[in-house]
Amino acid sequence: MSLWLFVVIKSALVLFVVVTTFAYAMLAERKVLAWMQLRPGPNRVGPWGLLQPAADAAKMLFKEDLTPSTADPLIYRLAPWISMITAMGVFAVIPFSESSAGLWSIGDVNAGILFVFSLTSLGIYGISLAGWASGSKYPLLGSLRSTAQMISYELAMTLSVVGVLILAGTTSLAGIVHAQNKLWFVVPQFVGFIIYVITAVAETNRAPFDLVEAETELVGGFHTEYSGLRFGLFFIAEYLNMITVACIATLLFFGGWNPLFGLSAVPGIIWFVLKAGFVIFIYIWLRATLPRLRYDRLMAFGWKILLPLATLNLMATAAIVAWKG
Amino acid sequence: MRIFIGAIVALTQGFYTTFQFFFQKKPTIQYPSIKKQHAPRFHGLHELRRYADGKERCIGCELCAIACPANAITVIGAENTPEDRRSPGERYAARYEIDELRCIFCGLCEEACPTDAIVLTPRFEMSDYRRGAFIYAKDRLLVPPEAGVGTSPDERPNGIPSDLGSVAAQKSTVEIATGYSATWRGELLKTERKGLAG
Repeated sequence: MSLWLFVVIKSALVLFVVVTTFAYAMLAERKVLAWMQLRPGPNRVGPWGLLQPAADAAKMLFKEDLTPSTADPLIYRLAPWISMITAMGVFAVIPFSESSAGLWSIGDVNAGILFVFSLTSLGIYGISLAGWASGSKYPLLGSLRSTAQMISYELAMTLSVVGVLILAGTTSLAGIVHAQNKLWFVVPQFVGFIIYVITAVAETNRAPFDLVEAETELVGGFHTEYSGLRFGLFFIAEYLNMITVACIATLLFFGGWNPLFGLSAVPGIIWFVLKAGFVIFIYIWLRATLPRLRYDRLMAFGWKILLPLATLNLMATAAIVAWKG
Repeated sequence: MRIFIGAIVALTQGFYTTFQFFFQKKPTIQYPSIKKQHAPRFHGLHELRRYADGKERCIGCELCAIACPANAITVIGAENTPEDRRSPGERYAARYEIDELRCIFCGLCEEACPTDAIVLTPRFEMSDYRRGAFIYAKDRLLVPPEAGVGTSPDERPNGIPSDLGSVAAQKSTVEIATGYSATWRGELLKTERKGLAG
């Protein structure tokens, strides 16, 4: 009983923190993007626009929830929830820090990284089904693209992570962080890190790989027909995926909550937040810098460059580890 | 290999450019709170001027209406009577209406006016929720008698109006809107409305 209560309290806390982070990640994205485009960004609601997320949320809540007459009503209504729930479920296994009392995570799964990847892969069903169930052209094209993009980039992403798993010798996220006490895996697995960052952008459907929503060609892509709260759910899912990807990059390549410069007086959670924030900044920076890829180039890049490179990286890592004994 | 290095260089340049902009001062003027000083001869909302004795300058000649390329001005003149002299001449404008939605703010009315009665001011905040409210009649165009005579458009030193008549202190939309009432198809419209305050 007390264990259940403990887990519920931890879940509520993590959900609250994660949703708040989502809100401010969105504001941060708008601000950073604006500054990089020589605009001031949102600054009308509250000081420095800090209340903007609340205003956006209120707007989303009060908008009309439309369902097109050609849509499949059940799947159409269900799809945003699939995206959202899978995006949130990932945070059940992510360890944020560690103290003498134990890991700062809801559950410590010994196959944590596998859980994360399987759940984020499920999340694509939300997007695919949303596009299919909308009963409209552009969303269908968007969901087709998302499926194809997912298949071609998921492979390279997983392969890039296997290198880390070989080095760490474990699939537990906490174990991977412990293996990085001396040296962050970004150094020996630099190629893997680059591949992970690129594929993760494609995975989260963000610019320059946002072919799925490509507003210039597909109106809004898979969420064209969605409005109000359901659109908001997709929005939350997209940003949560971005936060997840940043957290995983931190855990796998930047040593998780391991302190920088040996500053162990600073709590681990702060290091974790700083590192994840840095990764999120890189993502926003990418969006501000690079134009969207053409679709065939995206596929060619995934299959002809990233996948062979990831395979080579994996083979080299395995060979070196085996050779060293 | 050369292509690879070229790509790396191009990427670095791109990321450096956006990163530079990140720290640069933003040129945005925070409009409703900070208002930009615009050009001295800015063509904005019109006003109808008076003489020093309070008489209207407009003599109802309709030259402005003829000059107007957008057909935005309607003038209906009437004879002055000895008991009710509105202007020094024989006639005055009984009705003077400008449709600010049609107006292209070219200033030809100002140039055509033989008595410097119609003048373009730097006021530009005219937004409203109803089309009818954009038809400015005499009640909103004619300056109040205490506003003074203003400077003729041709006599502004270096084109800078030393005296902008009633609009020397630029009024906000709210002030303009609450100070006057519009007529449209002979009906009075309610004038209290929301605007950008402050």
